[in-house]
Amino acid sequence: MWALFLVLFLPLFALPLLVVLGASFATHWSGVLPSGLTTAHYEAATRGEALEALTTSLVTATTASLLALATGTWAALAAAALKQRHRKALDALFVLPLAVPSVVVGLATLVAFSQPPMLLNGTRWIVIVAHSVLVTAFAHQSVSAALARLDPAYEQAAASLGASPAYVLWRVKLPLLLPSLTAAAGLCFALSMGELSATMMLYPPDWTPLPVLIYAATDRGALFTGSAVAVVLMTATLLVLLAVSRIRTRASYR
Amino acid sequence: MALLALVFLYPLALVVQQSFRPDAGGTSVQPYADVLASSAFREALWTTVWLAVAATAGCLVLGFVLALVIAFVPFPGAKAVARFIDVFLSFPSFLITLALLFVYGTVGMANGAWTDLTGAEQGPFQFLTTPWGVLLAEITYFTPFVMRPLLAAFSQLDTGQLEAAGSLGARAPRIVRQIVLPEALPALAAGGSLVLVLCLNEFGIVLFTGAKGVTTLPTLVYGKAILESDYPGACVVAVVNVLISVGLYGLYRVVSRRAGA
Repeated sequence: MWALFLVLFLPLFALPLLVVLGASFATHWSGVLPSGLTTAHYEAATRGEALEALTTSLVTATTASLLALATGTWAALAAAALKQRHRKALDALFVLPLAVPSVVVGLATLVAFSQPPMLLNGTRWIVIVAHSVLVTAFAHQSVSAALARLDPAYEQAAASLGASPAYVLWRVKLPLLLPSLTAAAGLCFALSMGELSATMMLYPPDWTPLPVLIYAATDRGALFTGSAVAVVLMTATLLVLLAVSRIRTRASYR
Repeated sequence: MALLALVFLYPLALVVQQSFRPDAGGTSVQPYADVLASSAFREALWTTVWLAVAATAGCLVLGFVLALVIAFVPFPGAKAVARFIDVFLSFPSFLITLALLFVYGTVGMANGAWTDLTGAEQGPFQFLTTPWGVLLAEITYFTPFVMRPLLAAFSQLDTGQLEAAGSLGARAPRIVRQIVLPEALPALAAGGSLVLVLCLNEFGIVLFTGAKGVTTLPTLVYGKAILESDYPGACVVAVVNVLISVGLYGLYRVVSRRAGA
């Protein structure tokens, strides 16, 4: 059983990551192991175009996650106050972007914002809008799941002591939801960092996120540069996730 | 609410509207007739469906075996593996294809090893730009999506049942078939339908393979809209794709609710 596990698990899941990591240091790979070790790809991957793309990705992902988190939380809170039937309809509406292919979300955004009254095509906002739409569903799902598990006794106690609804929301509900909010933020951020399909449909030339750059590199055959950029992408994502999970542990101690 | 309607529903409605507007002007079902009759569309539809179904089947089998091992065979580092899966899920899918290019590509590891050993001109692994390459990548990337609900289901399984069956002389395959499998069925159904939807909508993996012969519905949308600037056609394909995947996603929600997940 153990051996079977090793045989299946390692080549399938660990190998791809290791291979990309290995390739990012190599100049060519024609044997079992990569050869011609170099860090030149990283020099290329951390300046100029690639550095710009990294900033682009980070800005896009941060903005989109914050927007999605705000909308998703707000919708989840609003839905909780609604009647059963309306709540179900709202829930269904918010998970719809999960089921619609992201290429189609990209196409739809492109079609809608290329014509008046909202002319966003060719600006960075169109990318940010599409990313927000895509990740809002995830934010909404995890926040409303957390909301359902919340013990209503807390807010009832606060309300019975004379706290206004806004005060209850701000001082009782949101702090209790903080761990799941940060978890949702991390998820949204990671998704937006790696989002390729909708972005491919939309990105203007001066706003190229990292995945698009990786695709452009591999498409013209620069596989090794592409994997160096991919490693930069993975590292950035991991660092942010780590930071977010540290906030989460601090929050859960309070 | 209004915001979502503005940035999501309104664009989708425009796509539907555009799919009825051929370039010639006016409103007609001409784009539908054109696209549905084209062999490129039919091929893409067929490729999409069989790739998604095959990848889902592969993910279910592989995910079941792996989850079984992680849950029931005690070994050091099981927690680390579970964390690794979470990390794995947060990476974009095209990384897998990128990695496979190095492993099985024309100048990659496997072919390199083969040519070193036998001295042949070319390695035997040329499947990467065929649908099989896409299939392999999809199975690799989506298996964790099946494993997660399965691991959750297994952690609720009463180990007393397994021990009782074991002490009564049942062998491992029989325990798996008669006790574990029925318990895991809802989780398998939920995970499987999620993977099916995700596979139908997968874009990055197919795009990175760079295979001219492999066109799925999402890449067809991209090709028509961006490369050919045929917006009505792209919108028609998009509508078809949305119908299929939203229908399946509805099914997934029903199944997973029944599973209590």
